[in-house]
Amino acid sequence: MNWLANNYESILPLVLNHLKLSVIPIAIGFVASIPLGWLAWRFRLTRGILLTLAGLLYTIPSLALFTALPSLLGLPYISEAPVLIGLTIYAIAIMARSASDAFGSVDAGVRQSATAVGYSGWQRFWQVELPLAGPVLLAGLRVVAVSTIALVTVGAIVGAKSLGYYFTDGYQRHLVFEVLTGLVLTMALALLVDALLVLLGRVAMPWARGQRARRAALPMKQVPA
Amino acid sequence: MNLIGDTWAWIVAQSANGELWLRVGEHLFYTAISVLIAAAIAIPIGYAIGHTGRGREWAVGISGAARAIPSFGLILLLIGLVGVVQRPIAAFAAFVILAIPSILAGAYAGIQAIDRSTIDAARAVGMTEWQILWKVEAPLGLRLLVSGLRSATLQVVATVTLAAYINLGALGYDILQGIPLRRDDQVLGAALVVIALALLIDALFAIATYVVDRAIPDGAPAPSRRILRVPPTGRAAVVGTPTAT
Repeated sequence: MNWLANNYESILPLVLNHLKLSVIPIAIGFVASIPLGWLAWRFRLTRGILLTLAGLLYTIPSLALFTALPSLLGLPYISEAPVLIGLTIYAIAIMARSASDAFGSVDAGVRQSATAVGYSGWQRFWQVELPLAGPVLLAGLRVVAVSTIALVTVGAIVGAKSLGYYFTDGYQRHLVFEVLTGLVLTMALALLVDALLVLLGRVAMPWARGQRARRAALPMKQVPA
Repeated sequence: MNLIGDTWAWIVAQSANGELWLRVGEHLFYTAISVLIAAAIAIPIGYAIGHTGRGREWAVGISGAARAIPSFGLILLLIGLVGVVQRPIAAFAAFVILAIPSILAGAYAGIQAIDRSTIDAARAVGMTEWQILWKVEAPLGLRLLVSGLRSATLQVVATVTLAAYINLGALGYDILQGIPLRRDDQVLGAALVVIALALLIDALFAIATYVVDRAIPDGAPAPSRRILRVPPTGRAAVVGTPTAT
């Protein structure tokens, strides 16, 4: 408890940097995965290539990725860039599959009806398919958000400042309470962002409440640590 | 500087003097033991939930919330709690805790995804509950169980890499030791070996999934299978895409 009294000022900057390191990959991953997911859903060839690649990419252990990237890209080891790039790769890898599932979840009858009443391909995508894919997209986004926020902490090993700093610092100074604080704050942050996404989904997709929630069923896939 | 050449030279030298195989062995040892312990705990619980249908929300909640646990923090917290002397125990405990949710979800979902009428039929022909579990639910749920074991194992392989931070060796050791020395060849070499190991394990599980698919011809709850299955009655074919499980 003493530690908390002396260190509470360090929490906010670390939380903010933690958010920065996670929100950028989550956002890029989400935006990039929509065209990729659509391609993976639409054509058999791209589906095989993209989903296999995505599966392989997120098999890579995070520490290996965070440390292989700097030497491959000529970046310094101790920096935020490899963590940001690595997390973006994971986010795209998970999200592309979700996006592909999301487009697959749109009822073929609805799609045909939209064409029948005169929607062009482009209009149909934005006004029919994307909104109807929304609930499954959101489910994928929530997985990406929660796992990215947990994964950011590994970046502490390569000097990316986040709540993971409390893990390394607490371990080196034998302060269990500091490690615990980092753990609790990281999980709280993940659950908070998750709740925000749910809320955002309710506001953006008022029609979806309850209807598709059961489909999200059981999350099996986990991101490698 | 020729990074690729240097890295290759490092890998060759390390495997020649046996150092690399020792690290790979440690990595596999930690992974295998942890996944086996986790499976011994999670599969019975998952089967119990899947068979009885009780505690379903509980299983879904746990496997969802587990994703929010930062594995690195969990290892260090457990070490703080049991003491630095007991490092291996703390590390194993962390690996097991991280592996349980995926296996539990796989065991549970495998049974959950089976067509209810199949199980009712088994009951109707006079099978006992144990027979239903072993002869119907376990084989039909095997595919998803393997898929759960696959994610759990990969999760542990990744987390074991972090164990080097607490001086437990394995393949993360060369990565972490090379960073302060700025040994690019060593860091990249070790990272590539970890990646290769993870991909190899993933490939083995892909083969296992294939074998399971071949051995259990129908009823396996793969979404792709469901579309192909001919509806048993004369009803009009159902339009629409299958729900992902």
